[in-house]
Amino acid sequence: MKRRRLLKAFTLSASIAAMGLSWTAQAAETIKVGILHSLSGTMAISETSLKDMALMTIDEINKAGGVNGKQLEPVVVDPASNWPLFAEKARQLLTQDKVAVVFGCWTSVSRKSVLPVFEELNGLLFYPVQYEGEEMSPNVFYTGAAPNQQAIPAVEYLMSEEGGSAKRFFLLGTDYVYPRTTNKILRAFLHSKGVQDKDIEEVYTPFGHSDYQTIVANIKKFSAGGKTAVVSTVNGDSNVPFYKELANQGLKATDVPVVAFSVGEEELRGIDTKPLVGNLAAWNYFESVDNPVNTKFVADWKAYAKAHNLPNANTAVTNDPMEATYVGIHMWAQAASKAKSFDVDKVREAMAGQTFAAPSGFTLTMDTTNHHLHKPVMIGEIQDDGQFNVVWQTKEPIRAQPWSPYIPGNDSKPDHPVKSN
Amino acid sequence: MVFFRLLLPFFTLLPLLAHASDAGEFTAADAAGQAKLLETWAAQPSDQRLPLLQALQDGRVGYDDSKHPYIETDGNMVAADADTPATGEVRKLRLNNRLRGLVINALAAQQMLSTDTAVRLAAAQQLQRSALPGQIPALEQQFQGEPASAVKAALALALANLQLTDPAPQVRLHAVRLLGETGDPSAQARLESVLAADAETDASVRTAAQTSLVQVKRKLMVGDLLGQAFSGLSLGSILLLAALGLAITFGLLGVINMAHGEMLMLGAYATYVVQVGFQRLAPEALAWYPLVALPVAFFVTAAIGMALERTIIRHLYGRPLETLLATWGISLMLIQAVRLIFGAQNVEVANPAWLSGGLQVLPNLVLPWNRVVIIGFALFVVVLTWLLLNKTRLGLNVRAVTQNRNMAACCGVPTGRIDMLAFGLGSGIAGLGGVALSQIGNVGPELGQSYIIDSFLVVVLGGVGQLAGSVSAAAGLGIANKILEPQIGAVLGKILILALIILFIQKRPQGLFALKGRVID
Repeated sequence: MKRRRLLKAFTLSASIAAMGLSWTAQAAETIKVGILHSLSGTMAISETSLKDMALMTIDEINKAGGVNGKQLEPVVVDPASNWPLFAEKARQLLTQDKVAVVFGCWTSVSRKSVLPVFEELNGLLFYPVQYEGEEMSPNVFYTGAAPNQQAIPAVEYLMSEEGGSAKRFFLLGTDYVYPRTTNKILRAFLHSKGVQDKDIEEVYTPFGHSDYQTIVANIKKFSAGGKTAVVSTVNGDSNVPFYKELANQGLKATDVPVVAFSVGEEELRGIDTKPLVGNLAAWNYFESVDNPVNTKFVADWKAYAKAHNLPNANTAVTNDPMEATYVGIHMWAQAASKAKSFDVDKVREAMAGQTFAAPSGFTLTMDTTNHHLHKPVMIGEIQDDGQFNVVWQTKEPIRAQPWSPYIPGNDSKPDHPVKSN
Repeated sequence: MVFFRLLLPFFTLLPLLAHASDAGEFTAADAAGQAKLLETWAAQPSDQRLPLLQALQDGRVGYDDSKHPYIETDGNMVAADADTPATGEVRKLRLNNRLRGLVINALAAQQMLSTDTAVRLAAAQQLQRSALPGQIPALEQQFQGEPASAVKAALALALANLQLTDPAPQVRLHAVRLLGETGDPSAQARLESVLAADAETDASVRTAAQTSLVQVKRKLMVGDLLGQAFSGLSLGSILLLAALGLAITFGLLGVINMAHGEMLMLGAYATYVVQVGFQRLAPEALAWYPLVALPVAFFVTAAIGMALERTIIRHLYGRPLETLLATWGISLMLIQAVRLIFGAQNVEVANPAWLSGGLQVLPNLVLPWNRVVIIGFALFVVVLTWLLLNKTRLGLNVRAVTQNRNMAACCGVPTGRIDMLAFGLGSGIAGLGGVALSQIGNVGPELGQSYIIDSFLVVVLGGVGQLAGSVSAAAGLGIANKILEPQIGAVLGKILILALIILFIQKRPQGLFALKGRVID
């Protein structure tokens, strides 16, 4: 009796396994795409929503019939804000899961860490965040801003009369490659505008730094010497204690405006924004931008967050890297349909010149040679509801200069992607 | 003459008309025009503009498609010029930083006409920072007619800032001398600009500026030093709150408790849960949620600590390596559990109003309330712990068990129960620390990871088994960190501190305060 029951159980499990097998057979009709964002650790504050946005976009494409007759199957991994783990997970996505493309990374240090893997295995990475430039890999498409699409216009705005005619600049950043390179470019740019070294202060803090007392006190001291602006490249959850300290020490945006390159709607969800009104952020998209494409984009995202019960779904917001993720995935799908293939080399060729009507209200174009998007630049002021009010923007998208002319030696760099090794 | 008489009523009406449409003029102008208007208004203060400027500062001004002005009162947009019909949707007028600054300045200029001395004083202090040269005549007039001496002094300074470029050397000399008596950081820059090459030609003004500059610098240095000492103490108090629980579980019980950081984290999450509870159930008492969070966090973390001690840790006493691995495993499980329940993202713990903002002590020294309160709270927790350990029966038993377990057991002390209670106490105190940490930093699943190393540093440096050691080590580390940070930066500062501690432990492995005699086995 006992044996028979065992036998029954065995046949049952075997049939279940067979069902599983048939399901995998069906899964061959899908094509895998990788999502490589930190879902834990110091960068989770910024990157988790990019993962969800990628899933939403993939859903949207699948509902419209998929790509080349295949449904997209997302493979989500968590590199946990751990840079070497990024490379490991990227290798796993490309060799084990055999994904056609990877959407991921936020910090430049994570991108630098996966770059050799993508170049070695000829993978394809879509990188959705503003960064320092100085890179143009044939295996990466950069859908975020290069310095001339974010940092330089922001500083120009601060120096203009409208932006407060700042004379002194406090460059504050997290200690890694993006803030250091951006600040190097900004210093050269400020020199070209006649700002002297004594009017520029550069300060770095470690990842996850939480004690900004001394730094805010120093900003105050520095600002006594003339109209000062703070250019912040602080990344991740350190922004919360930084802005809290600014507010508590009574440093107002009307006295010393802070322009941030890594703070968007998502990061502000963790802060009471009333004391921060007037501080600035430079991006290529804000949730408050008013146009039909964006209205639909924001509504879709809110509905998605509710339907999937994301944490704090009722306060869901969109931001620039989410828009860049959305645009990047759609462009990849368009290119794959155009190429009628998921082959990396063919898709790469088809990417050149792709256009997409983006939520920013502009039709964005992938440059035919340099793997970067042409993007509009917007500067927004923080409002008391955690949204941004656009106070300045370019009339049309501008072409990226990944090799900044403000870094010596860049004029001899080719304007097409070359493998880094 | 007749012609003039005919026009006279019109002339008298003109200023009234102008006032009626100040708001209209403002909403119709472009950004540059608005800036100009605000500058003019600041130079010619008038009571009638007060409501408009107040509305501008609060962001209550709106406009419709034909740029007619609206002012929001009690949540409704009301047309400011009654005779104009509304066209299209009313949108809020958005100001940029420059305009916002000018609004604040113009508002202060109007507030100088107030009958309330306190309002005038605040306005005069604002004008010290923001007044423009065009306002000199109005300010001089107000200075002459000002009855309150405090306001008069503040106005004199506001004037002095503007008079540094006055053509009369006598006026400049007076202004330079006045500036020497303030401790305002901006006075230093102003005086330095006077002393810059070929800016000031009058020799007596130059010498006066030099003396004033020395005076200002001395005052600023006092503020800087006090500020540094305060931030050192503040960091020390945070380290202490983070480490105090560990000083009991590791220091007294000898359990290498890698899950200590997670007790901090759980305390912070308990604060979050209490805050959410208040938001849902008693939003009117929301400001006092941290006070309720304290006992909640203490009991929650103490209960979890005791459960861990009973189920896992007590089986591992006397096996440090296994304890270390087991508690590390527990810490990973707790992190993952919190991630599953609350999500991987940080949760928002807002400072209540009484913990926001700061206390202005000197012109260049603001003490943020949350930090002041945390220093006081750290002292309170230390005193409480000391009383518990030294003045209660539980404390006596804990000390007896840690000093000689067998002898204590022989005397009838229930060692097992004491272990559990002591571990619970340590965890509960860590929970209290978590409440404090939630007020200054991020609350996320990895909160504990960033404090565990600092906590061990404090306990080991202070000397295992000594409360006094932990207190002095925390204060010392905090102050050393804050002295080093401005000199060599946050990153290098942290490295140097670690290197110094390694050297210190090499020389003195028992820490700052060592227990003497047979206690140490």
